[in-house]
Amino acid sequence: MSNLLIPNPKEAESIHILREVAAQFERPVLLFSGGKDSITLVRLAQKAFYPARIPFPLLHIDTGHNFPETIEFRDQLVAELGLELIVRNVQDSINQGKVTEERGRYASRNTLQTTTLLDAIEEFKFDACIGGARRDEEKARAKERVFSVRDDFGQWDEKNQRPELFDMLNGRIHQGQNVRVFPISNWTELDVWEYIKTENIAIPSIYFAHKREVFFRDGMVWTANEHVYRESHEEVFEKMVRFRTVGDMTCTAAVLSDADTLDAVVAEIRDSTISERGARIDDKRSEAAMESRKKVGYF
Amino acid sequence: MTHNRKLIKIATAGSVDDGKSTLIGRLLYDTKSLTTDKLEAIEKTSRQRGFDYLDFSLATDGLIAEREQGITIDVAHIYFNTAKTNFVIADTPGHVEYTRNMVTGASTSQVAIILIDARKGVIEQTNRHFFISNLLRLGHVVVAVNKMDLVNYDEDIFLKIKADFEVLVEKSDFKTDQITFIPISALKGENIAKHSELMPWYVGNTLLDHLEVLEPSDLHESTVARFPIQYVTRPRTEAFHDFRGFSGKLYGGSLKVGDEVTVLPSFTESKIKTIHFFDQEYSEALPGASITITLENEVNISRGDMLVKSSELPKSEKQITATICQVNSKPLKVGDKYTLQHGINRVLAKVESIESVIHTDFSGEVPASQLKLNDIGKVNFRLSKPIHFDTYHDNKSNGRFILIDEGSYDTVGVGFID
Repeated sequence: MSNLLIPNPKEAESIHILREVAAQFERPVLLFSGGKDSITLVRLAQKAFYPARIPFPLLHIDTGHNFPETIEFRDQLVAELGLELIVRNVQDSINQGKVTEERGRYASRNTLQTTTLLDAIEEFKFDACIGGARRDEEKARAKERVFSVRDDFGQWDEKNQRPELFDMLNGRIHQGQNVRVFPISNWTELDVWEYIKTENIAIPSIYFAHKREVFFRDGMVWTANEHVYRESHEEVFEKMVRFRTVGDMTCTAAVLSDADTLDAVVAEIRDSTISERGARIDDKRSEAAMESRKKVGYF
Repeated sequence: MTHNRKLIKIATAGSVDDGKSTLIGRLLYDTKSLTTDKLEAIEKTSRQRGFDYLDFSLATDGLIAEREQGITIDVAHIYFNTAKTNFVIADTPGHVEYTRNMVTGASTSQVAIILIDARKGVIEQTNRHFFISNLLRLGHVVVAVNKMDLVNYDEDIFLKIKADFEVLVEKSDFKTDQITFIPISALKGENIAKHSELMPWYVGNTLLDHLEVLEPSDLHESTVARFPIQYVTRPRTEAFHDFRGFSGKLYGGSLKVGDEVTVLPSFTESKIKTIHFFDQEYSEALPGASITITLENEVNISRGDMLVKSSELPKSEKQITATICQVNSKPLKVGDKYTLQHGINRVLAKVESIESVIHTDFSGEVPASQLKLNDIGKVNFRLSKPIHFDTYHDNKSNGRFILIDEGSYDTVGVGFID
């Protein structure tokens, strides 16, 4: 029997990066949000280490405002693949008085996650945190390294990044530093969706069109439920919607859509004229919202 | 995913004000890669700044400090696709730290677009950009003569710049068919995605058409196979109790089941038993694949070892000479010790002597006692253990390394083995 392996260059690059993480670090962890990018990372990690198990745990920073469908999906995936899952809750950081819950119209727990994440890194002494961020998402992320060194305050210093030459990754760090690793840096949103389709990867149901109670604000579609602040004049409608990114309910807007199959979703993304993060309420706070959050240790 | 679409990686190089950001913004606009929200942001900011045109450079200028100073700090990666091709652009800034940044950006690219301002012609920076393209042995260089709108789309000006540049090409290792000249106006969109009616004398491809006809297979080198072991995969599960696989990325050439191989540094010989990718087995893997290999007999292999075909052994030496590009502000001096990372393998290295600093304009070299940031020079190293290498000229993946500072752990240099 003769069969030839023709590599998919982006997939091969991501696997190379994941193997470097396992080899260069003592306590890596995969930051898992239940979104399509971190689900893709899990598949890539399976491929990198097969037939062995993925040699690091998953860490989920739970804002408490996640879509229930995402949490259900997370627990199912972890059980199926026999992975170790660590969950740390933003609610605990609030209870400990480390962060203060935001109030009012745009209240979100999104930025509060950073504190919980940094505490978890310290608690478990993680030296490498693997994330699903992509450079095509946002302009601050376009300047991100594959191995991005953070100081012991989790800070990103954009002017002082290590040059990354060819595919040689330098993960040497000092005590207290850690590295954020982005194996799918070079993938686009469309790459991720096409990969999910080709590989037949399961994703949470909220990525597909479904009926949902929503309201409209600032030209965006918001989920109507108890976690999302809504003013009395903001009327609730039932609409067919789907989510393009999956984050905290308070910062993830839905899009009106009838795309209820993977084929329809991929077709919709291909023709889309709005960027993925255009549906992220957290990025709309200011022109440099992501950059500011990254500097203090955000994902 | 991208199996039906090829992947082309491009580095862009230009001096300050050559219109590089504008060109990239224009490519994004013309391939409809700018989303409505980004386009609206560009329109809004262009209006605020009082421009009567769309300032496409705003599509790429990112960070707060960059917008304040109107500069680009670091290599930014930009993605767009056409129906046939996925493109990645490594956008490297043209100001002070050009060498460091361009070497970094070009290291992950197959093609360079070198921008020349039609009013200024071939300048010192152009020499440097081309020198680096030559040093890194990129597969193709596009010389984009920009701002043709400011020289009345004059063919003579274009031809003069082409002739000046061809003098550089003769001094390089490039063949003439690896270099393409295109007259453009990024601002006006001439010869970017559509043929310029204002330059009827130019009959070649538009920039975008040209980038689309490039084939990755022509841009990759084909040479001998090198398989550095990244990770030893031992599942220790019931189903795979005795499985001992060697995982890594394959470079240079393909490997087949049954190939007679030698493991370095032990020089143990064996045969490839199986080639795995995830839960499938293959009889052959092409270069670029991240695979797991098992061997016919028990061989002691650990991370950093290399597997090669027994008939194609690399050099194994403790004394090497390399062309170094210093990418850190701390200079490299005789007697300095570094960690040398050759692919994934790390050894200690001591600078025995510095032969010269090389002028990056093809005008030769001068003796030197140190390499400062952005210097390119010839350096002799003594290593703690032999490395198993090829020259960069013969085999790019196995002829390069980075230098890691023992104190800061920063990546301070990149080397190309002679």
